Amino acid sequence: MTTALSIENLRKTYGNEFEALKGISLEVKEGDFFALLGPNGAGKSTTLGIVSSLVNKTSGKVSVFGYDLDTHLAQAKQCLGVVPQEFNFNPFEKVLDIVVTQAGYYGIGRKQATERAEHYLRKLGLWSKRDERARMLSGGMKRRLMIARALVHEPRLLILDEPTAGVDIELRRSMWDFLTEINAAGTTIILTTHYLEEAESLCRNIAIIDHGSIIQNTSMKALLQKLDTETFVLDLAEDFDELPVLDGYVIRPRDAHTLEVDVPKEKGLNTLFQHLASKGMEVTSMRNKANRLEELFVSLVDKNLNQETA
Amino acid sequence: MNTGLLWTAFVTIVVKEIRRFTRIWVQTLLPPAITMTLYFIIFGNLIGSRIGDMGGFDYMEYIVPGLIMMSVITNSYGNVVSSFFGTKFQRNIEELLVSPVPNWVILAGYVIGGAARGLGVGFIVTLLSLFFTDLQIHHLFITITVVLLTAILFSLGGFINAVYAKTFDDIAIVPTFILTPLTYLGGVFYSIQLLPDFWQGVSQLNPILYMVNSFRYGILGVSDINIGFAFVMILGFIALLSGFAMHLLNTGKGIRE
Repeated sequence: MTTALSIENLRKTYGNEFEALKGISLEVKEGDFFALLGPNGAGKSTTLGIVSSLVNKTSGKVSVFGYDLDTHLAQAKQCLGVVPQEFNFNPFEKVLDIVVTQAGYYGIGRKQATERAEHYLRKLGLWSKRDERARMLSGGMKRRLMIARALVHEPRLLILDEPTAGVDIELRRSMWDFLTEINAAGTTIILTTHYLEEAESLCRNIAIIDHGSIIQNTSMKALLQKLDTETFVLDLAEDFDELPVLDGYVIRPRDAHTLEVDVPKEKGLNTLFQHLASKGMEVTSMRNKANRLEELFVSLVDKNLNQETA
Repeated sequence: MNTGLLWTAFVTIVVKEIRRFTRIWVQTLLPPAITMTLYFIIFGNLIGSRIGDMGGFDYMEYIVPGLIMMSVITNSYGNVVSSFFGTKFQRNIEELLVSPVPNWVILAGYVIGGAARGLGVGFIVTLLSLFFTDLQIHHLFITITVVLLTAILFSLGGFINAVYAKTFDDIAIVPTFILTPLTYLGGVFYSIQLLPDFWQGVSQLNPILYMVNSFRYGILGVSDINIGFAFVMILGFIALLSGFAMHLLNTGKGIRE
């Protein structure tokens, strides 16, 4: 399978001597939906900035679909679409003009650019806003405008740096559907997000970056299997008098009729339910306390922090 | 990118630049028209009628080429410095930086966009001058070439200023403290032959003197300086500033982290 993005021993030290990337290596295969996660300041945006030519690297090698950024920059850029974290369009320009102008930078003539702009603006629900100045759009619309702009030259690799930040849940889900659709059509996607539920439901492979180093790089499935314990919240039909105790499980009260239970993976839920039933406790509903990936993410980043400070 | 794609990218930047300054024409095209009309009325008509001849022409005829050139210089420079700095400030420079447009096409697009505004304003001022004097062009080729090269040269200057600028103050410093004094002392309103020898020598260090006089030569056929030398100097400055601007773009000065 073709490699969409290859990063080898990438380093970046800023002018103030801050070492943002400490020699990271990464590979993303064509057709993948890849999550690049990490806490704030971990080096995600620096990595994506170097890939999209907005940040100069200190050393290392980056290739997009086999095109080395040092030797075949134009070809690499032709394969790449970028949706940045911050709004970076001219707010005084019209929505349609922003997308058509971007197509022009890729050498696409005005007629074809306008057709493509219409296609993507319709897909993203912005066609009715095409003649409005960009500054008049809502936050969610501005994010979708940046996605339309990034897609207008039909890139093979789309980089999305927190595309759903500040977007309401309904719109976020419609954006997920759209991204899933273009990924299914063949576009490789790299996503950074702070919504770990988003990464878990969309991405097949994942890398976690922290303090400028990759601390995990595996498939989403393999990563989630590393989760030893999941915490569930159980709502009971009635208030309990006495907190149940079960060997191997940690059970905490949340309020008079809600329990929080740490369930080890090897123990499972059946024993817990049987125990509660034997105590006359009826469970009316159950949910994960936190998203599974979120639990893993926090534990991995904490572990990395402890190792660094040790 | 092949030639066709490069041309499309270049035209896209130029059209974007032209649309920008025509969209805000009240800020870009109207003020120089009003200012120059006042110059024509006050300096040309009211005061000029008492000054008499200058270089063998009545004063109004003498200052018209200088005032046209002054408009071209300030507007070419002003367009690129404000547009490119605005693009940096709003971060939409990233639209260009992530695209495969080569740096020389980015530079050419902004420079031609700036020259378009300079020449557009120059054309408006020329039309306005016709209300005050008869304009007969002595050397059409020299007139057009000088005004075009000057517009390109000052667009390049504006571009370099914008690359270095970090605040809006930084884009006003050069036009206010360097460009305006040099333009006023560059023979727009007088022939340097009126000055004592020492100040004539000092004036010849002012590059704007050569552009104003070459343009005046194209229109009126009179000049304080050697036209051939003026052309060499303008072309030399264009080569120097182009090379420097390309160096800034290639190293990412002010635009890449």
